[in-house]
Amino acid sequence: MTSEEPRTLFEKIWDRHVVVEEPDCPVVLYIDLHLVHEVTSPQAFQGLRDRKLPVRQPSRTVATIDHSVPTTDRSLPIVDPMAAKQIHQLEINCRDFGIPLYGLDSPYQGIVHVIGPELGLTQPGMTIVCGDSHTSTHGAFGALAFGIGTTEVEHVLATQCLLQRKAQTFEVRVEGQLRSGVTAKDIILALIARIGVGGGAGSVLEYTGSAIRALSMEARMTICNMSIEAGARAGMISSDATTFEYMAGRPYAPSGAAWDKALDAWKKLPSDEGARFDRSVTLDANSLEPMITYGTNPGMGVPITAPVPAPESIPDAASRSALAHALEYMDIQPGKPLLGHPVDVVFIGSCTNSRLSDLRAAAAILKGRKVNPRVRVLVVPGSQQIKRQAEMEGLPTIFRDAGCEWREPGCSMCIAMNGDELLPGQYSVSTSNRNFEGRQGKGGRTFLASPLTAAASAIEGCVADVRKIL
Amino acid sequence: MEPFTKITSRAIPLPNDNVDTDVVVPARFLKVTDKEGMDQYLFRDWRFDVEGNPKPDFILNQPRAKGAKILLVGRNFGTGSSREHAPWALLAFGFRALIGTSFADIFTGNSLKNGLLLVAIPPESHADLLSTLEKNPNAEVAVDLATQTVTLPDGKTVNFPIDNFSKQCLLAGVDQLGYIFKQEPRIRAYEESHPSAVRTTVSA
Repeated sequence: MTSEEPRTLFEKIWDRHVVVEEPDCPVVLYIDLHLVHEVTSPQAFQGLRDRKLPVRQPSRTVATIDHSVPTTDRSLPIVDPMAAKQIHQLEINCRDFGIPLYGLDSPYQGIVHVIGPELGLTQPGMTIVCGDSHTSTHGAFGALAFGIGTTEVEHVLATQCLLQRKAQTFEVRVEGQLRSGVTAKDIILALIARIGVGGGAGSVLEYTGSAIRALSMEARMTICNMSIEAGARAGMISSDATTFEYMAGRPYAPSGAAWDKALDAWKKLPSDEGARFDRSVTLDANSLEPMITYGTNPGMGVPITAPVPAPESIPDAASRSALAHALEYMDIQPGKPLLGHPVDVVFIGSCTNSRLSDLRAAAAILKGRKVNPRVRVLVVPGSQQIKRQAEMEGLPTIFRDAGCEWREPGCSMCIAMNGDELLPGQYSVSTSNRNFEGRQGKGGRTFLASPLTAAASAIEGCVADVRKIL
Repeated sequence: MEPFTKITSRAIPLPNDNVDTDVVVPARFLKVTDKEGMDQYLFRDWRFDVEGNPKPDFILNQPRAKGAKILLVGRNFGTGSSREHAPWALLAFGFRALIGTSFADIFTGNSLKNGLLLVAIPPESHADLLSTLEKNPNAEVAVDLATQTVTLPDGKTVNFPIDNFSKQCLLAGVDQLGYIFKQEPRIRAYEESHPSAVRTTVSA
C-alpha cells in the first residue's frame, strides 16, 4: 500500500492484514492473535476433529478459562457437572491441538480480555479475535479487535484467517475534562445512550479527543470494551505514550532492540492528520455526569440525577413499546430518577471494570465505611495477577472490612453462568456491560454503572450519587 | 449446511426491537459442548415460566408456530453476545429465515454461515406484513434467495440485499472455509513476509 491519502488507524491495520481481495468476495484477513475460552470453542474444535485438521498457528493462539469457572475457593471441585465438563473439554482441546492454556492452576488465569493486555500479548497494529463480543476491549491498544462466532473460531483455528467485509469508520470525539466522580464508564454509557444499541452497526469506532488522551490504559479498555453495546464491530484508540508505558516490560511485549523497532512501527499507526471518517459524533466531557441504566439494554441510560423517561414521551412507536416492556420487566416507575431505588446486590467485576484501577476506585469509597446490611457485594478481580496486586495493596482487607465478598477471578455475575447470579426480582448495581433480561440471573434486574457508583450504592443500600460522599 | 433456495411458510411475528442473544439463548445454557437439542433453549425465559411450563401467551407456544419456517422480527435483531448458539437454536426450532428491518453484525455473520437467511426489508413493507399477519395469522410468505425477493401475502414482492458471496454459499449449501483453504499459497506467502510479533507457545 503506497497510498499517500491520509488514512485512519483502522484503514492502516486493515490494509496491512489483507491476504486476498477478489472481486465480489469478502477479504481474506490475516489474524495475528486468537484468544480462546471454554464457552464458544468446543464445537469449533470438534469441527477440526471431524475434518481432521490441525490448528494452523498454535503460537498465535492462547486460551484461558473464565466464563464457567466458579469464583469460590479453587481448591474445591466444580459442582456443576456441565461447567466441569466444558472446562475439562477446553483442557483436552488445548492439549490435543498444542495451544497454551492459562488454566485453573495458572498464576495468569483470568478474564480473556484482561489477561491479553496484562501479558503484553495485545499490541498496537494487531488483528485480534475471540469468540466473545467484548474482544473490542483490545482496541484500546490501537489494535483491530472484534468478536466472532464459533464457526469463525474454527476458521481461524484452521487457517489463521477470516473472511471479512471492510467496516465503515466512525469517529467518537470526546473533548474536555471529566469532573470528579465521572469515569470512563460514564463516557461509554453516555455514548450508547446517545447513539443507541444499533448506532454503531457496520462501523468501527475510533475514540479521539483530549478526554480520551487523558485516560489510563485501563480506562481506555473500559470504553473500547463496550463498543459492541453500541452495535459497533470494534472500538479503537490510537496508541500513544500512555500505551507504550503500559506495555513496556510485560512478558510478551518486545524488549531490547525489538522494542525500539516495534515502537517505530507503532508510532506510524495513529490516524493521519486529515484522515476522513464516514461518520462522527462529539461528546463534551465537561458536562458528563455519572451514568446509570434503567432498562434492558445498555442504551437505556441516563445521568444519575435525571428522571427515567416515560414511554409517552417517546415519539417512535417501536421504541415506546420497547421502553414500556423494559420498565415492566424492571418494575420501575418512569418520571423520577433512580436515586434511592433499593438494591439487593452490587457486582464489581467483569471485562469492563475488574482491573486494578477499578478495584482501587471502589476501595477508596468503601474504605472505613460499611456496606448496607441488605446488600450483597461481590468483588471479582479480572485475573490472578490483579488479585495478587490487590492483595499486596491490602484491598481485600478494605473490601472485607466493609462487608464485601472478595472472590476468585472470572466473568462471574456479568454473565451468571458459574453460579454467581441474581435471584428472580433482585436488583443489582453492576459494573459489567449488559443489562439484558436475565443476563445476571433469570428474572434479575441490572443497573449498569461505574465502580464508583457501585461502591456508593453498596454503602447506601440504594442507587446513590458517589459525588455526595467523595 | 442445507442449501437455501426458496421457502414458503407462515411467518410468526415477534417484532420487538433490539432482541438480544441473551434472550434468544440465555447464558446458563451455554455450557453445552455440542450443538444438540438447542431448540429447547430458544427464547427460554419468554417461552417458559419459572416452573418450566410453557407460557400460553408467548407466540412460539401457539399452534401457528408449529412447522413455521419464518420468524418476523423487528429492528437490530441479535444484538449483544457473539454466541452462535442463537442461530443454532433458531434453526433447531425449525426457522430457516428471519424477516426484519435490520440485524446485528456478529449475529448476521453467524446466521449466514449456518444457513439461516436474514431478510432485511424496508420499514413500510415490514409494517404492512405485520398488519397482514394480525388480520390473517395463517397468511404465507415466500422467500426466494436466487431472486432476492420476498413475496408478501397480498402478492407484492419486496427485494432484499445480501452479499453475493454469502448468497452463493447459501444456494449451494457450502460453508465458507473451503474458500479460505483455496488461498493457502497466498496465506503462506503472507506469513513468510509478516513474521509474528508474539509466540504464545513460549512461556511467559
